[in-house]
Amino acid sequence: MAHEQEHNLAIFRGKLKFKSNVHKIWGVFILLSIITIVEVALGIIRPAFLVDTHFLALKLLNWIFILLTIVKAYYITWDFMHMRDEKAALRRAVIWTTIFLICYLVVLLLIEGDYIYEVYKNNFIKFDF
Amino acid sequence: MEATVVKTGTEGKTWGGGNAPLRASYGKMMMWFFIVSDALTFSGFLAAYGFSRFKFVDAWPIPDEVFTHFPFLHGVEAPMYYVAFMTFILIFSSVTMVLAVDAGHRMERSKVTIYMFLTIIGGIIFLSSQAWEWATFIRGDFGAVETKGGQIIQFLDKEGERVALREFATPYNGPRVTHTDENGIWYKSEPVTKTEFSFEEVKAGFLANENLLVRVQQKDEHGHHKILSREESVAKVVNDGSLVVEGANLTHNEYGHPLFADFFFFITGFHGFHVFTGVLINFIIFFNVVLGTYERRGHYEMVEKVGLYWHFVDLVWVFVFTFFYLV
Repeated sequence: MAHEQEHNLAIFRGKLKFKSNVHKIWGVFILLSIITIVEVALGIIRPAFLVDTHFLALKLLNWIFILLTIVKAYYITWDFMHMRDEKAALRRAVIWTTIFLICYLVVLLLIEGDYIYEVYKNNFIKFDF
Repeated sequence: MEATVVKTGTEGKTWGGGNAPLRASYGKMMMWFFIVSDALTFSGFLAAYGFSRFKFVDAWPIPDEVFTHFPFLHGVEAPMYYVAFMTFILIFSSVTMVLAVDAGHRMERSKVTIYMFLTIIGGIIFLSSQAWEWATFIRGDFGAVETKGGQIIQFLDKEGERVALREFATPYNGPRVTHTDENGIWYKSEPVTKTEFSFEEVKAGFLANENLLVRVQQKDEHGHHKILSREESVAKVVNDGSLVVEGANLTHNEYGHPLFADFFFFITGFHGFHVFTGVLINFIIFFNVVLGTYERRGHYEMVEKVGLYWHFVDLVWVFVFTFFYLV
């Protein structure tokens, strides 16, 4: 009773369609490898204009890293963990909940950390308490 | 394996247990919920790391200067390459895992066996790499001096190249007196871990060598650690220096803020523990595949479930990689 599960074989919103699930796996592997190589190359070179340009309190380079990480996380979840083939309700229950809670926590903690940084910088407090 | 296909006698009824809401079986859905909760645990740790980093944002170590080693390449500056290698190992073991899941859907037992085996090998290589990474980080590199206020100062020559303590510290040849309870504060015993040089030896060597400068934790506007002039450097070492730090542990870290080492050990350690349990569970499932358990059961869903966990471990590493090594 091998139940052949239906796989959605198209990525990039249907622009790239693979012949079989195995092909798709290797395709996604190549995509993840390219992204990782780009990340490592940027991490070694650290182009000056990306490091010195700031956007929303972070270096532009760091935004690029975070963006590429989220792209990688998307393809791991969607194609390796087969989220693409799950029902929308399961997908939303898992993804939306997690994304919301993580964003909430990260925003609060980073604002708080930045506040303490300001306190250290502008007041007489020992460096390491 | 009769135990796994329990019949409740209520099949066909809406709440009889025979239904798979959201088209996911009970086990698979619970694996997803476990992954959600585990993802939140990891986010908690990473968010705490971000909090501490923002707190000391202008004094945080630069990862490119911390992780510069590659096995068998001594003295060669190779930032990032080693951790990139580890990332590829983990991504590749994810690929073999998903290939095993795919082969399982088509009931190809021999292929599942091979791919599960490759996944386990990948996991073991990753764990060994991480052990090496930790050992290198703990052993340290150039050595540094910690000030009375707990900051780290590192040594450079006039060209801006890092200089190791062993290159300039003047060895003190007098007898070393072992600390005993009678001569001194009674509750302070002889330290268990000793550094290669004492602070006095480093100080004497530093004062004798005109070519040396000091670098502090604070960064300039371009994100480089500030380098002091010779006069300021001498003043810093003589007035503030208190203790030699070699390598990193939970209280001292020659690369910079001790919190960096704490979070590094804790988060990569927690992730490594996940990889370890993943390898263990993979091995059990591999064993069952070899025994033909899932062949008899009629489906390879267990491989799919353990695959979800394994991919999750890879997913976490993608974030750890970004926030510890890139950003």
